[in-house]
Amino acid sequence: MTSLPTQTNKKLGLVIDLDTCVGCHACVINCKEWNTSGYGTALSDQDPYGANPVGAWLNRIHTFEVTPMAHSAKPRGQGVGEVIGTAGEARVVHFPKSCLHCEDAPCVTVCPTGASYKREEDGIVLVDEDKCIGCGLCAWGCAYGAREMDAAAGVMKKCTLCIDRIYNEELEEIDRQPACVRTCPAGARHFGDLADPNSDVSVLVKERGGFDLMPEQGTKPVNKYLPPRARTDLGVGRSFEAAEESTENADGLLGWIDRALSGTTRSKGAR
Amino acid sequence: MADREIELSEPLGEKHSTTCYMCACRCGINVYLKPGENGEKSVRYIEGNRDHPVNQGVLCAKGSAGIMQHYSPARLKAPMIRVGPRGSGEFKEISWEEALQTAVDWMGPLKEDPKKLAFFTGRDQSQSLTSWWAQQFGTPNYAAHGGFCSVNMAAAGIYTIGGAFWEFGSPDWERTKLFVMFGVAEDHDSNPIKIGIGKLKKNGGRFVSVNPVRTGYSAVADNWLGIRPGTDGLLILSVIHELFRTRQIDLDYLIRYSNAPFLVIDAPGTAQHGLIARDKNGVELIWDSAKKKAVPHTTKGVVPNLTAEVSVTQGRKKVKARPVFTLLAEEYSKAEYAPEAIAPQTGIAAETIRGLAAEIAHVAFQEEITIEQEWVDMKGEKHDRFIGRPVSMHAMRGISAHSNGFQTCRALHVLQVLIGSVDCPGGFRCKPSYPKPYTAHPKPHARNAKGDTGPLAGPHLGYPHGPEDLALDDDGNPLRIDKAFTWDAPLSAHGMMHMVIANAHAGDPYKIDTLFMYMANMAWNSSMNTRGVIDMLTDKTEDGDYVIPHIIYSDAYNSEMVSYSDLILPDTTYLERHDCISLLDRPCSEPEAVVDSIRWPVVEPNRDVRGFQSVVLDLGARLGLPGMVNEDGSAKFKDYADYMVNHERKPGIGPLAGYRGKDGDKAGRGEPNPDQLERYKENGSFSMTHLPEDALFFKHANKSYQDFAVDMGFFDAPQPVTFNLYLEVLQKFRLAAQGHGDVQPPDRLRGRIETTFNPLPTWYAPFEGADLGERTEKEFPYHALTQRPMAMYHSWGSQNAWLRQIHTKNPLYVPSAICDAKGLEDGDWAWVTSWHGKIKVEIARMEAVNDHTMWTWNAIGKRRGAWALDKDAPEATKGFLLNHLMNELLPPRKDGYRWANSDPITGQAAWYDLRVNIEKAEAGAEVSEPVIPAQKTSDKSPNEIRYGLEWTK
Repeated sequence: MTSLPTQTNKKLGLVIDLDTCVGCHACVINCKEWNTSGYGTALSDQDPYGANPVGAWLNRIHTFEVTPMAHSAKPRGQGVGEVIGTAGEARVVHFPKSCLHCEDAPCVTVCPTGASYKREEDGIVLVDEDKCIGCGLCAWGCAYGAREMDAAAGVMKKCTLCIDRIYNEELEEIDRQPACVRTCPAGARHFGDLADPNSDVSVLVKERGGFDLMPEQGTKPVNKYLPPRARTDLGVGRSFEAAEESTENADGLLGWIDRALSGTTRSKGAR
Repeated sequence: MADREIELSEPLGEKHSTTCYMCACRCGINVYLKPGENGEKSVRYIEGNRDHPVNQGVLCAKGSAGIMQHYSPARLKAPMIRVGPRGSGEFKEISWEEALQTAVDWMGPLKEDPKKLAFFTGRDQSQSLTSWWAQQFGTPNYAAHGGFCSVNMAAAGIYTIGGAFWEFGSPDWERTKLFVMFGVAEDHDSNPIKIGIGKLKKNGGRFVSVNPVRTGYSAVADNWLGIRPGTDGLLILSVIHELFRTRQIDLDYLIRYSNAPFLVIDAPGTAQHGLIARDKNGVELIWDSAKKKAVPHTTKGVVPNLTAEVSVTQGRKKVKARPVFTLLAEEYSKAEYAPEAIAPQTGIAAETIRGLAAEIAHVAFQEEITIEQEWVDMKGEKHDRFIGRPVSMHAMRGISAHSNGFQTCRALHVLQVLIGSVDCPGGFRCKPSYPKPYTAHPKPHARNAKGDTGPLAGPHLGYPHGPEDLALDDDGNPLRIDKAFTWDAPLSAHGMMHMVIANAHAGDPYKIDTLFMYMANMAWNSSMNTRGVIDMLTDKTEDGDYVIPHIIYSDAYNSEMVSYSDLILPDTTYLERHDCISLLDRPCSEPEAVVDSIRWPVVEPNRDVRGFQSVVLDLGARLGLPGMVNEDGSAKFKDYADYMVNHERKPGIGPLAGYRGKDGDKAGRGEPNPDQLERYKENGSFSMTHLPEDALFFKHANKSYQDFAVDMGFFDAPQPVTFNLYLEVLQKFRLAAQGHGDVQPPDRLRGRIETTFNPLPTWYAPFEGADLGERTEKEFPYHALTQRPMAMYHSWGSQNAWLRQIHTKNPLYVPSAICDAKGLEDGDWAWVTSWHGKIKVEIARMEAVNDHTMWTWNAIGKRRGAWALDKDAPEATKGFLLNHLMNELLPPRKDGYRWANSDPITGQAAWYDLRVNIEKAEAGAEVSEPVIPAQKTSDKSPNEIRYGLEWTK
């Protein structure tokens, strides 16, 4: 059994915006690309050109459909005001998932060798591969399925928050952030200290109603997700002045045009 | 407890900046090379270049998987000549000298009858070189892949506003408040759209997606309109109907920048009917309300009329004429465009259509934005500010790839003009060297400058102004093998690559000797009717020779097309080559800056391969093509890099616009600079020239921009654009169809041209469904289409060891309504039929999709043995192509003729017109059908990859 720090100085983590993620997999592949040559052993791929290609990944996107039910969403046509979902209207959700660097991380406490640990300095959960015996208990313990065994090396792999980027003095300061955050084309991923209530990520979580993934598990994840922004149906609250004459056909329209051009009625555009 | 010590600052290695080519987006990348244990450098990491204007530092999944593409086991290793039958995959490696000599032996004699060579390039980013090469050879048979991609969008845009989406323009992401995206468009323009959607959402803007499928970008849209395929044109015209009805039109903008006030001759039955009235000098006339007379539209200080029915003198006659705007108002005020009328066909509720129109109008006119910046228009009038209508739009292949695609794309561009949002703050902005009116583009050329051999008189591809510009011989027969620029597809501005193999096989309009192709998987996912195309490629004459005698192909990978070719010229990977993203080709500029870029060999090839562009120049020299040899017959250019620096299209204008002149301080025009490529590399492999502040918007009519464009060498004189709400070019073809003029269409096409060549945007039912008549609803009630996954680019991506773990196979996603009607469940196998073919596929149930539309991912399906994948790879056993359900021709008509499965105006392949049915398959093997037998391969693929292990601890 391995113990957790009673408190960490920082809570470094990710804030992932589900309103903006388009499921493009940039974060997934860039993570693999960085980390296969980074902290710990390579992220191997088995049968890469064969019938069942599988590999070790630190970040994956789950794509699924949801259809809001009547009790949790407003029916179509009653969208005056803001709604998140419309009853019966299916949508696709892209859900990126990697280690959430939990405060009460069961993957750490189940580790029999002390390989799995949470850093006191910044709260990052790491695997010390020299101590890892590949027993896989931590992956069973993780509530989120966020750890993957590397089949070639027989050691457990997981998100390190790119610890070899965020403190890397070889990199320009602006690049000292996780690869997934730096590469995300839609700007849906944010990195920072969630222990600091004034950090950009904490402010974002507050403003956008960021939430914990499966809080009932009691793991106190550091990473947060931002829900879809509220939206309105098209045309809600967009009323136009009543037309001054018949709108039934082109003749009424042309009359309006003539008056518009002669300055006797309002026309669009600045003249 | 103190934290354990970790090495946190591992160096990354040497950083080299170049340009990505994992798709056509052209992002800037930094490639890090790091020595391994043996001291040999390999690629440690590829990241987006922060300074690059296209991707601003980000990089997508494809770009991030560049390592696996570069080290792919499917890379070709050496030139090869076929030793087994076509399609077998049996080759022998030969030397480059032997390969080049073979190519010269085949092509050299064809210089005497140049049309016997057909040179077609696929997703080629060097078209300014390849088209020039074909021009110098003298063959009329050249084009790239635009004809089967998005020519409808490009051509409709150029004819209407002098620009179009993606390469030619983009939304003003910083300022737009309403973004409307139509159709499948996730790959063009990949990263910029994702960056843009992120910005839009951050700024509180609204994103509306009109798309039968709610995946990808549509998944995060604020409003999703799950439209029925092929009906986007109706929806757009209905929005226009609503804008007219509610008077939400930018009249001032229309008068200033469009042909709304131009007078159209109203003389039915005459050869002038529908043409624009002109003065003696050919300048278009408008009606001056103040002076009550017709004056040239260029006249200053007039009060243009938009509604009068007037009488003007044309030649010696008085004729009636009416302003373009009146025709528009009359047409789109018709009840047939009312939301209620089109709701049943589109599947979009009338209230939603009205809501969309109201939203567009509200944002355009109630949320106007201004930028305080003085500027001067082309008439010399000074303006105090730029006025913006912050509504922007984007569309690409989704609405293009229909037989009504050109008119639908026209409608979309016209909609943007009506609300005054083209090239204004917050709207759609052209990227320099666009806008460029169609009249400033070349016309098509298909004849040799002198006699029947030697260089062509001009570029192959261009924009016809009327029937007289078609590529027809004196007897009215097609000059080109693909029949581009004929009555079948008069405005086929990108050529019709998808018709080449069928026509060459049929010897219609003539036989060819050598088919020379680059980077286009025409034997597989890039052709309709894949099985039929394979048969054409392998068909033999009675003498036992192949019907298409020689096929030369260049590719970097062992694609399906390789096995059907005779001589293989192996290309490099994108990290091993020189390239230029040239302003002479499709620019990669941004709205506020002129941008071009290069690729250069960041890594030297470790195989006997050569960059195709260098090979083409070598072949050109060996064939003695003008411009590619010195006076003594020696090669003029050492390689493509030499050409990029030293070739001049005209004095001072070359492939690269940056760092010209002896000192490298000139942009656009300037003498060649021997250090040019070094200067590009120092600058991240791109050059950027900012527009003056007063030139940033309204470029079509902005004097400062037009002067800048002339300085840069885009034009030799200003080329302002008048937006063509009414496209007179189409009316000229219509008049011909009615019997006017010397150049006449065949009788069989007259009716079709009259219907479809409407000079005002129009909608007609897609041909495949219309042609099948009653059979459509009874036998093929559904639509089927493909879209490209964001993580892949055509067949390149689906063999990539990392990317293929995301999409290893492609199920057919079937709407729940159809599943329930047909008793289909997730994971079932089903037969999908069209009038042409039948495929067996695995299905997946889906809710967030139009009720009548099933879809799948594009280009995942592979032939067994291709792309260095194992023969039992799911891509080959479970993946599939919808292409087997399509034919390049439609069913025979009553008169016996078969129309191309294409847009009648541009010839664009109508991929998305496909109509199908689906039935559960009997129990049996879970293998997709048809099964194409495996090709032989010597590719050796590893069973395991541990990339980067050498650098880890």
